[in-house]
Amino acid sequence: MGIRFVLLVNKQGQTRLAQYYAEHLTLDERRALEGEIVRKCLARTDQQCSFVEHRNYKIVYRRYASLFFLVGVDNDENELAILEFIHLFVETMDRHFGNVCELDIMFHLEKAHFMLEEMVMNGCIVETSKSNILMPIQLMDKAS
Amino acid sequence: MAATSASSSSPSLIDTLFQRSLDDVIRVLRSSSSAALEAAAIARALDEIRREIRSPDLDTKVVALQKLTYLASLHHFDMSWAAFHALELLPSTSLPHPRAAYLAASLSFHPSSTDLLPLATHQLRKHLAPSPSNSPALAAPALHLLALASSPDLARHLAPDLLPILSSQSSSNPLRPKAVATALRTLAVCPDTAPVLFKPLVECLSLSSDPRAVSAAIGAFCELALAAPDPSPYLPLAPEFYRLLVDSRNNWVTIKVLKIFARLAPLEPRVTARIVDPVCQLLRCSPAKSLVFECIRTVFSSLLDHDAAVRLAVDKIKEFLASEADPNLRYLGLQALNMLGPAHSWAVEDSREVVIQSLNDTDTNIRREALRLIMGMLCDSNVVDICNMLIKYAIKSDPEFANEILDAVLSTCGRNVYELIVDFDWYVSLLGEMVRNPHFAKGDEIERQLVDVGLRVRDARPELIRVARNLLIDPALLGNPFLCRVLSAAAWVSGEYVEFSRNPLELVEALLQPRINLLPPFVRAVYVQAVFKILAYSFISFIEQIQAGELLAIGNSLNQRGGKQEGSDLVAAKSSSDQNNAFELEDGVATADKAILFDSIEKQETFKHESISCLLNLIETVVGPLSECGEVEVQERARNVLGLILIIRGTQFWNIEEEHELTRDNKITKIVELMEASFSEELGPVSTNAQKRVSVPEGLILNENLSDLLDILGDDDINPCASVSFSFRNHHSTETNQDSASAIGPNSLLAEHRKRHGLYYLPMDKDKSESNDYPCANEPLLPVSHGEDTEDIVKLPAQSLIPEKAKPTKPRPVVIRLDEGDGVSRSNLSTAKESKDDMLSGAIRDVLLRNEKKPSSTHKTSSDRTSQRRENDASENSELISQQKESNSFGDREHGNSSSRKSRHHHKERIESSGQNRDNEEKSHRHSAKSSRHHRRHKHRQREDAPLDIVPQSPVIQDFLL
Repeated sequence: MGIRFVLLVNKQGQTRLAQYYAEHLTLDERRALEGEIVRKCLARTDQQCSFVEHRNYKIVYRRYASLFFLVGVDNDENELAILEFIHLFVETMDRHFGNVCELDIMFHLEKAHFMLEEMVMNGCIVETSKSNILMPIQLMDKAS
Repeated sequence: MAATSASSSSPSLIDTLFQRSLDDVIRVLRSSSSAALEAAAIARALDEIRREIRSPDLDTKVVALQKLTYLASLHHFDMSWAAFHALELLPSTSLPHPRAAYLAASLSFHPSSTDLLPLATHQLRKHLAPSPSNSPALAAPALHLLALASSPDLARHLAPDLLPILSSQSSSNPLRPKAVATALRTLAVCPDTAPVLFKPLVECLSLSSDPRAVSAAIGAFCELALAAPDPSPYLPLAPEFYRLLVDSRNNWVTIKVLKIFARLAPLEPRVTARIVDPVCQLLRCSPAKSLVFECIRTVFSSLLDHDAAVRLAVDKIKEFLASEADPNLRYLGLQALNMLGPAHSWAVEDSREVVIQSLNDTDTNIRREALRLIMGMLCDSNVVDICNMLIKYAIKSDPEFANEILDAVLSTCGRNVYELIVDFDWYVSLLGEMVRNPHFAKGDEIERQLVDVGLRVRDARPELIRVARNLLIDPALLGNPFLCRVLSAAAWVSGEYVEFSRNPLELVEALLQPRINLLPPFVRAVYVQAVFKILAYSFISFIEQIQAGELLAIGNSLNQRGGKQEGSDLVAAKSSSDQNNAFELEDGVATADKAILFDSIEKQETFKHESISCLLNLIETVVGPLSECGEVEVQERARNVLGLILIIRGTQFWNIEEEHELTRDNKITKIVELMEASFSEELGPVSTNAQKRVSVPEGLILNENLSDLLDILGDDDINPCASVSFSFRNHHSTETNQDSASAIGPNSLLAEHRKRHGLYYLPMDKDKSESNDYPCANEPLLPVSHGEDTEDIVKLPAQSLIPEKAKPTKPRPVVIRLDEGDGVSRSNLSTAKESKDDMLSGAIRDVLLRNEKKPSSTHKTSSDRTSQRRENDASENSELISQQKESNSFGDREHGNSSSRKSRHHHKERIESSGQNRDNEEKSHRHSAKSSRHHRRHKHRQREDAPLDIVPQSPVIQDFLL
């Protein structure tokens, strides 16, 4: 299924965005999974690589300021391509919010979700152009 | 708060007027300083939401839903109870309402937990329908929701609604790639939809499609091919994939295409031949690391026969490994090297230094990959150097990684009945060395291997007993709970193979030292049993020694060489040449006895009456209290030992000074015979199949005889023990004797102990240095220089990763292997295929083979001649398949039906198209590099066409790529 989930977590380990694809986890399982991943990834330093194997996923993560972007993928997935995807996601949010920070995502969670929806569907990356991703959101902003 | 929750019956106007927005709630949550405050704030918000969400006013409802979505998705609260409210908002004409509803639904709905979504079938259909009045802003989330939450039924119902979007020809319909992804999900949950959805998906790959649709479609096919247990249904699409591989400028697409080819390559050798060139080209030129890495993976998984490609990929890996600043590339480089088998060990050898340096990386993941790689390189000629290096390294690494190293070494060396090990003396002492690791926690495995080596490798036993002795004698090891199993193994070895020991009495002292009460009872039971065996051995040896001495004396007197000698120093005093002479005369003496005698003579060691007496006293003193022990195993064995002592003491002449008199007592001879009989049988490994091989004697009808017993015995009692079992299991570890420093360590500790608890020790004349206390158990006693750093470690195996041939080693000792199953873990090749995948493959195969027969006319309008030709190729392929399929079913009879007509037509078309190819070829010379690739394709086609016609191949012969 390519991408299994996308998580945004702050330095304190609080989830700021969570989207799961095709994988159905109960609330407890999600809480446990997020806790384990956060413990594993947040303890790592910049000198360590961005890939962590966890259960049957590969976690590809990247840190931007106080936010960690964690993407759970299948074992077949190309790790470097996922890193590029994370970067694209951040750049897209940056373009929309202008110097995006944790608060932007907290107070505009639905917009972050819309962007993600434009980029990833059913675990497949379907859109990689920033302007295409942002077009529907801008249209909606104009309409309201 | 209690008041508000009590009044949660119906939403009031007040609620609507003073409703808190999502931002308000977030602010409150942010400002709550403690977890308790936050929980209270959330509880209050949830209370409000429960009231507000029932409001008839849609604006109020939507805000409540937004708040609930936020809390549910980030704070893990259940929102399934609000599913219906979300659906209520879908038909709203105000755009934000259904969008918020879709978001809530896509974050919380799943067919296994929410069964309400079918209620919204009509609404979803409306949002998906392409009409000018319909905003794509709603179709997109509708597709998203379908991709996340559709049940098989819903997927089947809405599959036709995806079609108009999937096959929309407008150049940039933003919904088309999304519909592709949703169609993928629909196919996954409901394979029946393949006939409807698969063809439009294939069309998305065509040149005329929007690049975004192509990208999404290739992603979908990649998922399908990777998930399918049998990817052969996708082989007919190989020409399309190949075109994308060559033409696509989108790295994401190329990566996915490479993944598909890696999956298809094992099915069709021609695929690999075709993709080598493009892959090498990408490896050489692509600036994108992700693509380069994917190429490396493709080469290592599918193109290992192409040396040039492998070399190129290995060079790229070297670049990855050399990137100091990027741990990601180093990690991936190591991971990729791990894909190479031993056949390509040169590749690892080339990067040897980097790999070994990586053991020292700050990143545990990188260290682990490096370790895996090194273990993969082990062979019988480098195992000694590498393992020594690793064990030394483990002493200095952190506890977790140290044990990972030990684990890796143990499992690799123990693999397939120690197939890598030639020098078992070395291996046994390595096991002993591992125990000295300060972080050691692998007691169970070392225990198993120590005993196992003892049972299987006769030649390793002297070294084994030396290792066991060094472990047992060290009082510092007794307090470490991780070591008790190893000590148990060492104790068992010391008892079982005591005849190889240089000093059995010393072993008894070690086994009976006071600190053994720190051990758990099951280990102490092993200790007591070992004492029993050593005592029996010592006593037997003592008696035999006397007998031999008498024989010797007789022999000497026969030789007229000297007077009769008496006393305990008889044997030791004789020169060995004399003894040899004497024994040559004594043909009647059992050879085994001679051997034992010579052994003890060579070791300058004899059993004296005095020392045996002391031994008895010591054992009696220490073991005596254990006969009252509450632990039955210990108690029982202690009583056995005491019983033996009692018998020995009871013999008539025990207290007589003249030792030779002892043998005159028949009772003693009997005891010796009995003891010998008890312990002379050697324990060996027992095959798990042993019982099956025992043939049933004629006339014995097992069932008949045993059936009566069934009433009496429970099942448990008559179950045969199927696995290898021994009464004791043990482990031990060693220090090398050559290291005087390490050997002295435990000795001096024992001496200290002797001083304190002299009562329990045999009298001893040597003066020993004093030390103050026990060191902590796992203090590394090995002379490892801790200043040594990785540089030194790198030097160690400087030449050793690659197997060196013709290395002079001593011959490998015999390792007992019982049968083909022994020691080989039976890997369960779980070929459990998901029936769904099978169904999907089947459905797709049907679609590809039947529906695609008709050459799709939709793209004929395309002015691009190459694309047209490719399509012909594609349809040719499927026609070829269908033709063969039909000829299989109908035989050679000519049928006037459409398909045979079509196949004749197909041949014509083929000729035409190759003519066309030649035209194209001429033109293409004038064109860019792109067409030069086509040129290669044509040549390839011409080359391979002929043999293909002749050689009959498997039913699904495809002409892809050709």
